[in-house]
Amino acid sequence: MSDLNRTVFFDLHTELGGKIVPFAGYEMPVQYPMGVMKEHIQTRTKAGLFDVSHMGQVILRGDAPATSLERIVPVSLEALKEGRQRYGVFTNDDGGIMDDLMIANRGDHLFLVVNAACKDADIAHMQATLPDCEIEVVTDRALLALQGPSAEAALATIIPAAADMVFMDVAIFPSEFGDLWVSRSGYTGEDGYEISVADAHAVDFARALLAIEDVAPIGLGARDSLRLEAGLCLYGNDIDTTTSPVEGAIEWAIQKVRRTGGARAGGFPGADRILAELDNGAARRRVGILPDGRAPMRAGTELFATADAETPIGTVTSGAFGPSIERPMSMGYVTTECAATGTQIFADVRGKRMPATIADMPFRPATYKR
Amino acid sequence: MKFTEEHEWLRIEDDVVVVGITKHAAEQLGDVVFVELPEVGDTMTKDDEVVVIESVKAASDILAPVDGEVVEVNQALVEDPSMVNEDAEGNAWFFKLSIEDTSVLDDFMDEAAYQTFVG
Repeated sequence: MSDLNRTVFFDLHTELGGKIVPFAGYEMPVQYPMGVMKEHIQTRTKAGLFDVSHMGQVILRGDAPATSLERIVPVSLEALKEGRQRYGVFTNDDGGIMDDLMIANRGDHLFLVVNAACKDADIAHMQATLPDCEIEVVTDRALLALQGPSAEAALATIIPAAADMVFMDVAIFPSEFGDLWVSRSGYTGEDGYEISVADAHAVDFARALLAIEDVAPIGLGARDSLRLEAGLCLYGNDIDTTTSPVEGAIEWAIQKVRRTGGARAGGFPGADRILAELDNGAARRRVGILPDGRAPMRAGTELFATADAETPIGTVTSGAFGPSIERPMSMGYVTTECAATGTQIFADVRGKRMPATIADMPFRPATYKR
Repeated sequence: MKFTEEHEWLRIEDDVVVVGITKHAAEQLGDVVFVELPEVGDTMTKDDEVVVIESVKAASDILAPVDGEVVEVNQALVEDPSMVNEDAEGNAWFFKLSIEDTSVLDDFMDEAAYQTFVG
């Protein structure tokens, strides 16, 4: 007996020929008959539709939910304007990352999207730390990501006004599929949208999008290579409770006002460590890594400063072939002295030391509509 | 053509054995992005890991199906690994082996048996 959950799209995935695998407690499509490589290219050149309903959707209400949430998220949320969304993380007392999430200001409340594997822990954490907020877990809505250069035209056939949104805008649009909660965002490095739709309308809505010539269903396999080309972290691989935001190179998400000297500096779990690292740097750093050769360097691969060094300087946390950049790519952690772009390092691939170079991310520039 | 339970195909060609992976295996692997071949002159023992093949999903090894000496490798695969997906049982052979006794191939499955094996 399987104790895995299914999203409302499960039957549609199998109808479309999706190959189903367990992921974060859900039965999800890893690929469709098109295959990972073509699905990746489809998303970069036309549009891809992703089921991300396994992710958690949460509404936070209260007298000042932004102020409250700042107690557990080291991001300026008081400054987040209505109709806008921001990336953030939950930190723990050690300065590690409990999860990463999207936070949208929808006027009288915040709307959060959190990772599937972390959502139960995130909700418990919010319940424990935000007694002044009402936490509503949205359990009757699906979530789709529509990503790629044709995403705007595709969604405009249903919601013309969505074309006017820019990156990280959020809005609620009435439609023939009920109210659609739309953000102009995603996790592929492409322009596009994430759309929350009521379960009752979700499959019809997905079919309406898939009926558009440029739109094809995309599985988790291509989602992973797309986000890696875009230099985006996968929680659990590239960041976790043992990595701080500065080690994880996501300190850009911590605005000045929350840093030392800012008006609302600190006041979040692990602030001592994180603020110190913001000032002084961390001992290791998440970096992009481009293998010099063609062999992919996968998660877990140990990294070395020289071809014969015995002590590793770090480890690959994600690695794959990048279909759009047409070469293998990795990200991982290295000691700060080896983290500068252009530094030559070596990876142990099946017992052989293979050269690689520290590289800037994203590996492929994002195409967000600013 | 003969087939192994490791999803390789073997073909006798001018006294050497040509080795590749089956269409079924290529489909299961998904898009192949990297191939590492043995070197000409390498001797291999059955079940040695002799080829590394990486797809968008994962790395896999190809095991030597029989004992033998490598007499030729398909360098074109290294340049264009996607050949494995396009023509697994044709142009996308991996290496050619010189073996002492071609009768060892009799133990492997024929095409009908392999089709039954993969269901």
